[in-house]
Amino acid sequence: MVKEIMSGNEAIARGAWEAGCSFAAAYPGTPSTEILENLAEIREISARWANNEKTALEMAIGAAIGGLRSLAAMKHVGLNVAADPLCAVGYTGVNAGLVVVTADDPGCHSSQNEQDNRFYALLAKVALVEPSDSQECKDYIKEAFAISERFDIPVLFRVTTRICHSKGLVELEQPGETVVKPYQQNRSKYCMLPANARVRHVVREESLAELEEYANTSSLNRIEWGSRKLGIVTSGISYQYAKEVFGNSASILKLGLTNPLPRTLIKEFCGAVDEIYVIEEGEPFIENAVKALGFSCTGKDKIPITGELNASIVGAALAGKNPQAGYSVEVQAPPRPPVLCAGCPHRGFFWSLKKNKKRIVAMGDIGCYSLGVGEPFAGFETNLCMGAGISGTIGFAKALEKQGDPRKVLGMVGDSTFFHSGITSLIDVIHADANVIACILDNSITAMTGHQVNAGSDRDVQGNEVPAIDVVALIRGLGVPEDRLRVVDPLDLKAMQQALDAAVAVKGPFVIITKRPCVLIKEVARANAGRYCQVDPDKCVGCRACTLIACPAMAFKDNKSIIADPASCTACGLCMQMCKFDAISKVGE
Amino acid sequence: MATNILLVGVGGQGIILMSKVLAAGLAQMGYDIKMSEIHGMSQRGGTVTTQIRYGDKVYAPGIGEQEADCIVSFEKVEALRALPFLKKGGTMITDKHEIYSMPVLTGKAEYPGNALELMAEAVENLHIIPAMDKALELGNVRVQNICLLGALVKVLKLDAVDWKGLLADYVPEKALDLNKQAFAAGYAMI
Ligand SMILES: Cc1ncc(C[n+]2csc(CCOP(=O)(O)OP(=O)(O)O)c2C)c(N)n1
Repeated sequence: MVKEIMSGNEAIARGAWEAGCSFAAAYPGTPSTEILENLAEIREISARWANNEKTALEMAIGAAIGGLRSLAAMKHVGLNVAADPLCAVGYTGVNAGLVVVTADDPGCHSSQNEQDNRFYALLAKVALVEPSDSQECKDYIKEAFAISERFDIPVLFRVTTRICHSKGLVELEQPGETVVKPYQQNRSKYCMLPANARVRHVVREESLAELEEYANTSSLNRIEWGSRKLGIVTSGISYQYAKEVFGNSASILKLGLTNPLPRTLIKEFCGAVDEIYVIEEGEPFIENAVKALGFSCTGKDKIPITGELNASIVGAALAGKNPQAGYSVEVQAPPRPPVLCAGCPHRGFFWSLKKNKKRIVAMGDIGCYSLGVGEPFAGFETNLCMGAGISGTIGFAKALEKQGDPRKVLGMVGDSTFFHSGITSLIDVIHADANVIACILDNSITAMTGHQVNAGSDRDVQGNEVPAIDVVALIRGLGVPEDRLRVVDPLDLKAMQQALDAAVAVKGPFVIITKRPCVLIKEVARANAGRYCQVDPDKCVGCRACTLIACPAMAFKDNKSIIADPASCTACGLCMQMCKFDAISKVGE
Repeated sequence: MATNILLVGVGGQGIILMSKVLAAGLAQMGYDIKMSEIHGMSQRGGTVTTQIRYGDKVYAPGIGEQEADCIVSFEKVEALRALPFLKKGGTMITDKHEIYSMPVLTGKAEYPGNALELMAEAVENLHIIPAMDKALELGNVRVQNICLLGALVKVLKLDAVDWKGLLADYVPEKALDLNKQAFAAGYAMI
């Protein structure tokens, strides 16, 4: 059998292919992004980046009801956006199988929270499957499609960062024939009017009971008998930590199908061991169920709810394995926070904003521009979730106005965030005639998550030509008059200042669109290759003005500024605009 | 028992490629392998780490503090940052190359120039190697990673693999020769 080293995300895509899945939609978000990127490379699969997680899931639901095995993927907070269709499809059920991948992020490696999405399975009344490594990612996806069809239920497939981005050997099988289940009209099943929904709820409760029976005997839930002194109940990545710490010494109930939980199996296991540990990352999802069955157990009293687990944490909490002292030296490594790239268009925007701090107070959002929160820009006061950077301004402006705060409130979103949910926020701003500045930082790509195309692109993820949505035309179409709308190059500091001046001068909504592509876009990088700035040491007086923009290509040495890393410099010219002594020039133009 | 390797460096240094080649070689040797890569915001100049574990059977993909048998650092202070992960008696291989982070560039933090001297006092098995210098000498900074791979292969005695042959699957043909030279140079540095 062919074995390949695969990440969990690659294995999920492979599993979907082997299962005959032929439709996939997703919205990017770490750690889930590579799932759709890998699916897009498979010819038999129609894969799409959606504008947000809700539309992604709705597309997939449409395909599943229509008769194609389909998959939607998103990061954990994305499921909040898609919760509405998830709860609806929990009642309607599917036709062909539907798998919804949620990639949770314990430890907040790249997220705003650590929410444990297993609870969504209870809320939406859908099946829940949790793999523990790449091999299981592939195998369980196939099983998930089978469960989905057999029990007419969507399956929530829950992975975590450590599973998505870890690699292991995976045994490959043949890609499957595309599954097509003929579409049959069935309005009482698919139209969730109250009369139908009441009936479907009853049907769902019945099918969940049947699925629980199945869960008791499914190969996804298995017992590895060891000593009966200690029994460990676990799921997902925590199984690996349990094995690492306890090896084959303890008995382990490894759960892979975790909603509905196999209560008979849990009772059988827990009744056969002297002591019970429940090892799980995040919330006490399994532990609560074990306790509800009348067993006392050790779990979240010893293992933290917060943060990501690892074998050491589990070993220290449950097996008294405390590490001895390791190596240390007296100096500390200076921090290395992520920063805006050399040439990043967001840098010009944030410098302009900083200069107008007395007049403008800003709300941020999620994207590369989130990096503008740090020094030296300290660019905004809040960032919560995608879209809030625009809608939040409406309430914030009212609150500041009541307190006599004269500053104008500004909100910002990136182009992908604008398409995600910023557009509905902007409609709110305009319709509310809110006294705010709405900025769309359009760098022509979804940058933060690793450069996915979005609705503003003229190619889709599979390389097909598609009509690009014109952001400026769209906003004009909302009725924003020309004198309330500016399109500027954010690296042109003068134009940026003029736009902000105009925005502050009027009362009511004002829209600024900053337009300049991300420097990491391949074509842009190619065009910039060989171009860089240089500082004339004779003209440089060492005033450090150019270092205020915090460009990683620059350094200050021996009382002079230098372009320390010409290879990363793009000759964006921002430092030239900062210099009053004409000491910086461009090379390679 | 699994052997634990930690690769550390800065976004853009080619750590991911090195870990791919390493894992492919270990797979050829018949080992079970788990590898953990935390990307996130790494592309924007932050710290990057990759953890590789191999043995007869490997469960957890990650490496905790004091669990690494060998650390390979692409940059000086990243070695310092990773030091708590080194097992007592383990080996640290680090390039002496320096990359300044934003707090250092803006004068908010100091770059500890003496990091290697301090580490040399504390760590018995420390190899400081000029992989970046070698890459520059060869005319392509991007082969730093393969130079470090050569050093790692020597330290771990992974000679049963045709590493240079394996490189052909991972680097463009026109850069293959250069990569082979870098590998040989790194191997000779230990
Ligand atoms: C609901 C939700 N979905 C996905 C993400 C992941 N995410 C973080 S930033 C980002 C993209 C931002 O792209 P854009 O707005 O174009 O800004 P850029 O990074 O290009 O500056 C995404 C998808 C998230 N944080 N929340």
